[in-house]
Amino acid sequence: MVNAINDALDIKLKEDPSMVVYGEDVGVEGGVFRVTEGLQAKYGARRVFDSPLAESAIVGTAVGMAAAGLRPVVEMQFCGFVYPAFNQLISHLARMRNRSRGRFAMPVVVRIPYGGGINALEHHSESMEALYAHIPGLKVVIPSTPGDAKGLLIAAIESDDPVLFMEPKRIYRAIKQEVSEEKYSIPIGKAKVLTTGTDVTVVAYGAMIREVQRTLPRLKEAGISAEIIDLRSIYPLDKETLAESVRKTGRMVFVAEEPTSFGVGSEIISTVTEEAFLYLQAPPKRVTAFDTIVPLPKGEHHYLITADKIFYEILKTVKF
Amino acid sequence: MLKEFDPIKKKLFRILDDEGRILNPGYMTEISDDQLVAAYRGMLFARTADLMTVSYQRQGRIFTYPPNYGQEAIHAAAAQVMRPDDWLVPAFREMGAWLAKGATLKDIFLYFMGNEVGSKWSGATHFLPMSVPIASQLLHAAGIGYAIQYDKKDETVFAFVGDGGTSEGDFHEALNFASVWKAPVVFIVQNNQFAISMPFRMQTASDGIAVKSVAYGMPGIRVDGNDFPAMLKVIREAADHCRKGNGPVLIEAVTYRKGAHTTSDDPTKYRTKEEEELWDQKDPLKRLKNLLISKNLWTEEEETVLTRQYSEEVDRQFVEAENYPPYPLDDVFSYLYADMPQDLRKQKVEHEKFLQWKESDVQKQEVKK
Repeated sequence: MVNAINDALDIKLKEDPSMVVYGEDVGVEGGVFRVTEGLQAKYGARRVFDSPLAESAIVGTAVGMAAAGLRPVVEMQFCGFVYPAFNQLISHLARMRNRSRGRFAMPVVVRIPYGGGINALEHHSESMEALYAHIPGLKVVIPSTPGDAKGLLIAAIESDDPVLFMEPKRIYRAIKQEVSEEKYSIPIGKAKVLTTGTDVTVVAYGAMIREVQRTLPRLKEAGISAEIIDLRSIYPLDKETLAESVRKTGRMVFVAEEPTSFGVGSEIISTVTEEAFLYLQAPPKRVTAFDTIVPLPKGEHHYLITADKIFYEILKTVKF
Repeated sequence: MLKEFDPIKKKLFRILDDEGRILNPGYMTEISDDQLVAAYRGMLFARTADLMTVSYQRQGRIFTYPPNYGQEAIHAAAAQVMRPDDWLVPAFREMGAWLAKGATLKDIFLYFMGNEVGSKWSGATHFLPMSVPIASQLLHAAGIGYAIQYDKKDETVFAFVGDGGTSEGDFHEALNFASVWKAPVVFIVQNNQFAISMPFRMQTASDGIAVKSVAYGMPGIRVDGNDFPAMLKVIREAADHCRKGNGPVLIEAVTYRKGAHTTSDDPTKYRTKEEEELWDQKDPLKRLKNLLISKNLWTEEEETVLTRQYSEEVDRQFVEAENYPPYPLDDVFSYLYADMPQDLRKQKVEHEKFLQWKESDVQKQEVKK
């Protein structure tokens, strides 16, 4: 996935002279995850550069650059370091277009490596996508494969709206996939049905797609036909695809790394009950993290969502 | 001295030269031989522990770790000035200061092995946990300083940050708040020349960091952070300044991060061997040791014996941390709230039901095989 994201950035940098890439350590070092490796050498230190260590400055200057016609793609080094930038995200990036009555578009992409499972230090493992999705004016995109990462990122860069592009760092290098070298984009706001099924709709995104797919052999063995939906985009949410699927299966299990309460899952369940209430044969279920802080690595196994837990909850839902 | 080394005049306060020779004996009068020896022992212990921790990490026995290599003199100086009732507000690269405040290596190892119990600092008081979000801790230091004043105490806060942290808004907000209220905070910036890969000259266009104190209306001083006597003298004077109710002080300790940012980082990507060798000549342990030897306070034989003892002690505590009991599920939940919400209790109960199912499921699967 790291290479696919790098490729998307490379294609767009080459094509669009107004695009700039910056953040902490993204230039010389090529990013702590090496996502921007080689880009500074290729496009120069005016277009791919290291900013001083200040997240609020990174997002705030992106607002200014966008207002003046540039197309910034900035990196927040880790999910837990975004918070100093919240004022800029909420008060300006999300609102500038509205405040200026459409005069200043905000074609900004904020890349955020997020999620647990990499034995990281504190503040490096959070899944706070719901916070961002809750902010009117922002779009939130999360890829689950290298191929999707490339197409969605190209769409995000080309979008005239601000997009928070959240990268599940747990699968940065874990999933190998042939990715086309051509330029292509995947529309933001459309979910993807990965496998069709008739008994239960399983909704997930990011690193959890892989965990859900791991349950497939056992589900098959248990005679359960699951339809897996990869949301790809948290906001805008593809309510049609969700509703259509649940109307068919009558059951819904949502899987995510986020804390349970007031999360993306709450929105998914609202959608399902609003759009497919009379079709439901079991209460929609969230398989999400505890409402606690992500434990440090020695305790993280208690917290992470496993294929076993997903299977267990699907089984309970189907047998309800 | 805070007046004498006005940061606007671009002076750097030093007592020792790069070889550990005393440049200005006038400044050494209040530093005893015992203090020098104690500091060197502390620095040697910290360095031994630090280098061993990096090798434990390479063996896969500990997760990501931020080395202290090269910055020991700063911590040793703070260690000698901090009183038990003073506050230590760390970032994450001040091992010598933590140990002086009452942390054990076992605590530190537990934390970097991935257990929060390591940041409880059971044996210490007035010592906040490490703070990973850069510079955010400085505001806590200003708040503690305010509370100290509110309670009319004469405690001082020792707050650490790196050069990268001075670009964060929190750095400026903390200095401003502390200075307006004359909060007793010694802000120590470890200017180790790099914020991960970012060299200092790209971090700020100002001439050093100490000069930033001027705008906040507090004294600031630029000091050779690899010069233990100079660091001791400066931190001591800064703490006196605070205790007298004169408000905060900004210290810029000029040093060099000889190790990587963390064990996940590869410094060869952004700096040269020549630069590293240049800083090796200013190594804080080398300089203090030369001084001790010239005063007949130290021998290489002593060092060999002591290093062996220290290595054994480090390893003993490391193995103790490794053998720490497994992390119970309760620990994920127990410390989050003083009054745990009912719903959270229920999440744990539900998870325990899943674990029971899993156990029986595993047995069933085995029978099938």
